[in-house]
Amino acid sequence: MSLVLSVFEQGLIYAIMALGLYITYKILDFPDMTVDGSFPLGAAITAMLITKGWNPFLTLPISFAAGAVAGMLTGLIHVKLRVRDLLSGIIMMTALYTVNLRIAGKANLPIYNMENIFDNKLVNAIIPESLSQFKTVIVAFVITMIVKYILDWYLSTKSGFMLRAVGDNETIVTSLGVDKGWIKILGLALGDGFAALSGCMFAQQQRYFDVTMGTGTVVIGLASVIIGTTVFKKVTFLRVTSSVVIGSLIYKACVAVAIRMGMQSTDLKLITAILFLLILVVGTERKKKVKSTC
Amino acid sequence: MLELQHIHKFFNPGSVNEICLFDDFNLTVKDGEFVSVVGSNGSGKTSMLNIICGSIDIDHGQILIDGKDYAGKKDFVRSRQIGRVFQDPSKGTCPQMTILENMSIAENKGKPFNLTRGVNKAHIDYYREMLAHLNLGLEDKMHTPVGALSGGQRQAVALLMATMTPIDFLILDEHTAALDPKTAEIIMQLTDQVVREKKVTTIMVTHNLRYAVEYGSRLLMMHEGKVILDKTGEEKKNVDTEEIMKIFNQISVECGN
Repeated sequence: MSLVLSVFEQGLIYAIMALGLYITYKILDFPDMTVDGSFPLGAAITAMLITKGWNPFLTLPISFAAGAVAGMLTGLIHVKLRVRDLLSGIIMMTALYTVNLRIAGKANLPIYNMENIFDNKLVNAIIPESLSQFKTVIVAFVITMIVKYILDWYLSTKSGFMLRAVGDNETIVTSLGVDKGWIKILGLALGDGFAALSGCMFAQQQRYFDVTMGTGTVVIGLASVIIGTTVFKKVTFLRVTSSVVIGSLIYKACVAVAIRMGMQSTDLKLITAILFLLILVVGTERKKKVKSTC
Repeated sequence: MLELQHIHKFFNPGSVNEICLFDDFNLTVKDGEFVSVVGSNGSGKTSMLNIICGSIDIDHGQILIDGKDYAGKKDFVRSRQIGRVFQDPSKGTCPQMTILENMSIAENKGKPFNLTRGVNKAHIDYYREMLAHLNLGLEDKMHTPVGALSGGQRQAVALLMATMTPIDFLILDEHTAALDPKTAEIIMQLTDQVVREKKVTTIMVTHNLRYAVEYGSRLLMMHEGKVILDKTGEEKKNVDTEEIMKIFNQISVECGN
């Protein structure tokens, strides 16, 4: 039971980061490595603010804003300084490692026994005692759904249309008299804002910040996006954003099963890599089959 | 009025591959003209369009639109006055977005792309009417992603999108070249219809000499970065395809093509 709960808790929290990568990777077609730094950035800021006694709910918008600034910087490096997309992300990711250490003050900052978004007076008052073990899942679900619906709404606005257009066909964005560079910067800001928000929640669920907690985040996010978009390609009643959230849950479940089958938690990164490879191979094979039947 | 004055353009300057494409190139296009441009490969037709649209920078010279110099302006700034249809049908539309969404963004050109709804439901009937006008059955496919349409259908949508908002110039860059002859004919008639209706100043580059002769009010032939033939008005009406073909062959032979 606790295993299932932890899959849902972490799956929902990571889903927000995966939604961010959905924006950058799927919509913008930009491999954004910044996420490995912006995810722990959210965690570092959160741990620091909570130790200082801030209201835990304030950490959510602050982390999002900080992540958005990081994404914007990646965008500026790419668009204005004309650095290749992958490299701009790697530069920011590397820089953020130091920034995160500076913010937290040390490599590991625990926040046990402090109020957090999953455990505080307000949540305890709303959620009855009998459901107290589901508190984290419920709060994570509510926040993830809010984020998902905001993203759905944004993608149906004129600004959201431009974001979709720039990943689809840059030429048309220029033809419409819009600077495609700024649209990319905006998309990256959103993507990394989501990643930092996800990191913020993760730190509060784990009750600590660790400077290495961001390593491999991009891979986890991409795996979730690819699982979500390939598995549920044919399911038309599901929005892509919902598929990505479910993809994140499936991914976490796979990892949990692997650990259940006797793998050590130190093997986690290897499991992640192998799973990602599997997903990529299976995902592309599906495409080939579709082509040959045409 | 569009004036290209003393345009100089070098490719790969300073290297052994230095190519001088335009050396003091001049062209004036009056309001309401429909200019067809023909010429062999490498004659500078498409480069000329790219220079007008700002896709490539010039080394020297002026690009005047109604007397205002646009030479240093960014491509997306110039785009606000210009509608462009490309040779590649996929360049004028967003493949993953539906016809309706594509038309919505096209209609919003020149206005801010803000947080209001992307699709204005009140305009759907207007879009449907425009699509029905094409006679391609697209009015029933409003919610189909444009990527699922054929090249000709996409080009027709691209043409609609390029001319949806008031523009000063319509730039057609071999926009029928990637289509089969029958579809090309339909798109060409459609183009003529749009240009007449909107009375928009148009520059069309084409490899089809017949289209160049049949359509438009002015005919240009370019060769090695120069205009070698320029016929307007009555002169243009009396031109026939064979005559143009003869001149075209002559310059091609000179080049060894």
